[in-house]
Formats: sequence, C-alpha cells, structure tokens
Amino acid sequence: MIDVKGVHKSFGELEVLKGIDLEVEAGAVTVILGPSGSGKSTLLRSINHLEKVDRGLIRIDGELIGYRRRGDKLHELRERDILRQRSQVGFVFQNFNLFGHLTALENVVEAPVSAQRRKRSEVEPFARDLLERVGVGEKADAYPRQLSGGQQQRVAIARALALKPKVLLFDEPTSALDPELVGEVLDVIKELARDGSTMVVVTHEIGFAREIADTVVFIDDGRIVESGPPREVLDNPVHERTRAFISKVL
Amino acid sequence: MSTTSVTSASGTTGPPATAVPLEADLTVVARRHPWRWVGVGVVLVLLAMFVHGLATNPGWDWPTFFQFFATKTVFSALWVTVQLTVYGTVLGFVLGAVLASMRLSGSPFLQVVAWGYIWAFRSIPLIVQLLFWFNIAYLYQELSLGIPFGPEFVHFSTNNLFGPLGAAVLGLALHQAAYAAEIIRGGIISVDAGQTEAAAALGIPKRRQFFRIVLPQAMRSILPNGANEVISLFKGTSIVSVMAIPELFYQVQVIYGRNSRVVPLLMVATVWYIVLTTLLSIVQYYVERRFARGTTR
Repeated sequence: MIDVKGVHKSFGELEVLKGIDLEVEAGAVTVILGPSGSGKSTLLRSINHLEKVDRGLIRIDGELIGYRRRGDKLHELRERDILRQRSQVGFVFQNFNLFGHLTALENVVEAPVSAQRRKRSEVEPFARDLLERVGVGEKADAYPRQLSGGQQQRVAIARALALKPKVLLFDEPTSALDPELVGEVLDVIKELARDGSTMVVVTHEIGFAREIADTVVFIDDGRIVESGPPREVLDNPVHERTRAFISKVL
Repeated sequence: MSTTSVTSASGTTGPPATAVPLEADLTVVARRHPWRWVGVGVVLVLLAMFVHGLATNPGWDWPTFFQFFATKTVFSALWVTVQLTVYGTVLGFVLGAVLASMRLSGSPFLQVVAWGYIWAFRSIPLIVQLLFWFNIAYLYQELSLGIPFGPEFVHFSTNNLFGPLGAAVLGLALHQAAYAAEIIRGGIISVDAGQTEAAAALGIPKRRQFFRIVLPQAMRSILPNGANEVISLFKGTSIVSVMAIPELFYQVQVIYGRNSRVVPLLMVATVWYIVLTTLLSIVQYYVERRFARGTTR
C-alpha cells in the first residue's frame, strides 16, 4: 500500500533521512519508534508530502506522491494535484491542530465538502456518526477550546477519517496529552487497527506498539536500524542501539 | 498543619472556650482602603468643577454652538469627512492586503518591493505627501493609458482626473495602505502554522485554506488594530484642510474666520468627531464579537 524507496531529506546542512526503504501492506499497522530527532516524524510527514524529499520515491497504492515522473526526472506536481493526493491520506497531528473557530462537527465536515466536493447535507450525518464512533458524539457543537486534549485528539481522528482515506498516519498522537487521557485516544486507534485500516503510527508508547503493531520499525539517526514483528524488535532486539532505546523508554 | 498548632495553642493559653465561637466560624473582615475613598473624592470634585465650568463659563458660548451644530454647511462638511474616511479606508485596506500578500509571498523580489513601499510611506509625513499629490500636475501635466513604453490609447489632464478631493483620497489611501499592510500581515502570521498545515494535510484547496481557515482567525487580531486605524484616519482627515477641501475641520475654520467665535465652533467639530468615533467603536464591538467564535477571550 505504502512504498518508500531510498528517501533522503536534509534541512539545510542537517541530513535527517539518510536513505529510508519501507513497505506497508494494506491493512497492516506499522509503528515507528526512535529517539527524538531520529527523523521519524519527517518520514511520516513526507509520506503525505508535507515535507518534500530530496531524493527517493514514495508511492501510495502505486501512485507516486508529490511528483510526476518524466523520463529520468521527477517534476513536482501542481498544488491542486498534491492536495488531491493528500485527501486520500488521513493525518493526525501531535498538537491536534483542530480549527479553533469551527465546532467539532464543522471541523469534520470541512474537508469532505471543500476537498472532495461532497454535499454538506450528506456529509453531516456521516460526520456525526464518526464523532459518535470516536466517543465524542455529544460534543458535536462544542468548539475545540471547550474540549479536553483527549477529546480534541479524538475529534481530529474523526476529521481524518471523514475523507475515507486509504491510509492513516499518526504523528505522536498522545504526546501532548495528560497521562490519564492517553488511554481514551489509544483505544480509538486500537479499534481502527482492528477494523483493518492501513496505519503508520509514530509513538513512544511501547506497550501500545506491542499490542497493535504488525511491524515495528526502529529508526535512529535517519536510518532504519531494524524492523520486524513486535516480538522480535521489542523483546529480542538484535541491535545494540535498539536495545539501549527500549531499555530507556520502558 | 497550621490549624493543629493553632488549636493546641489556644487550648493551652487561650481564654475559656465558652466565651468565643469556634475558631472555624470566625468572621472575616476585609481590609479597608481609606486612600481609595480620598482619591474618589478628589476626582469627583475635579469633575464637578469641569462640568460646572462647561455650564457657567460664557466662553463656551453654547448658543453659538447650537446655532451651528446641525446646520446644512456643517452636515455637508461632515459628509466630505465621511467620504474621505470611507474611500481612504477601503482603498487603503485593499492595497494593504495586496502589499501584505506580497510580503508573505515566496518571491524575494515582491517581498522587497512591498517592504520598500511600506518603508517609504511610513517615512513620509502624511501632510508632506498630501501636498505632493496636490501638486502632482506640476510633475505630470497629462496621464495616459496604454502599453508601457509603447503606444498610448487615452489621455487625461492630471488636474481633471485628480480634483483636490481625489488627490486627498489618494494620499490618505496610500498612506493608510502601508499601515494596513502591516496590520494584515501581523494578523496572518499570528495564526498558528499548524492550522494551515492541518488544512493542507486534509487536501483543502489553497484559496479556501486562506479564506475559511486562516483569515477568520487572523481577523481576531486584525480587527482591533484595524479599527484603531479607521478611527485615526477619520480624525486624520482634518489634515486635508491644508488643501482647502471643505471637510469638517476646514469648514469650521471658515466659519470662525468669519464670526471669530473660535471655541464654540471647535466644539462643533469636536462633538461630531466624538459622535462618529463612538459609532465606529460600537460597530467594532459587534464585528469583533462575530469573529470571536470558539475563543474564550
């Protein structure tokens, strides 16, 4: 479903991604672990072309993301085409980034109406269902500021789901939450995983990774150090760096 | 901790427990502020003296004030002032929005040009600039429409195109644009970058990202500053009296030039400026409330 090949990315002098290869099967849950600054968020953001990669290819469902290939050159797509591609990918941010001047319901309705040109009247009941599904149905008319962090993040997940995306990307979805609110968000993500959504999750919650991941990928210093099923990577890591990281986080 | 120690202290050394209420039930007496009352008294006396002066000092000459306050001459002058304000504001903010978008654009050339414009028009005193526009015909007798450096299609005499009123509006608007640009830009950059990023991640079209997501939130900080500018422009129109344009302040000067009743006529202008500024402030209140959705402050 997602195919990342030889991706490099630098911010100025600093090379953040030093050649990443990654494959995600349809319906699989991939959890990316790694110390801060290792490039895991950058990788996730480039899957959505929120970051432009310097070298390498990213495909979703066979479609090249952000570029069109002509001969041996990659031409960056027009803004409109990039936006169309993004509307097939759900992205959940660490800081929720809900639109503060719109209610929970309006937040969810906005993209299907403006990006996918669906009718507001038919999107609204669907959006209410989604809010119900993530457990904030009764908060449909509340503004983000009136919600707790956990509720905001669940609205943000509903907002991402509203586009009926092929894949869901989560960028540290619980890092900005109070400890007692982490569980309610993780439960929603677990349920999505059970329903067979294709997901890539960047997180620090090792226990959660063990529970939902089909594949755990450990990234350090812009490279994938090791990847595999959680039982291998988390419980019997081969590499010293993975072992050191996991012993620190646990 | 402290409660326990107090109880034990009173238990050993205090007076008999029957005479006093339980310590938890003691009445709280707020601190008194006698100097505040002194301050209130002083200010009240000063206010009373001022109001008394307004009523009794013959210098205010209220009969003359009322004689001119609602006359046709004053009304038509007020209308000129309102027109200057409206045109200056609309043109100023439209051009300001263009300048702001240039400064926020990715093109270094456009950024520098917009920055240069703002630098120039904030550097030139408004009155100097107005006098330049008033004398524009001295530099360019004719203006024409055509292809740059190529053939020209239509010619205008500069003096016909810009009457004094046109020159004043142009001057006010160009001056206003420099300030409006910075206010609009400030509003836009005050919106968290995460908002645009989330909109982009959802595939919301670029134009809609701006008008639906960024601008409504930017308005929160644009409005108070923008209203300040409109009000200051409204009063600032009095400066075009140097160009003999019959706006409120100029007209009042003309009248007191004839009858030498300076103070009551200045009061006529003052009260009208206050009335309209109050109206603008009320409009501002309601417009701000409209854009305060989803906020707690």
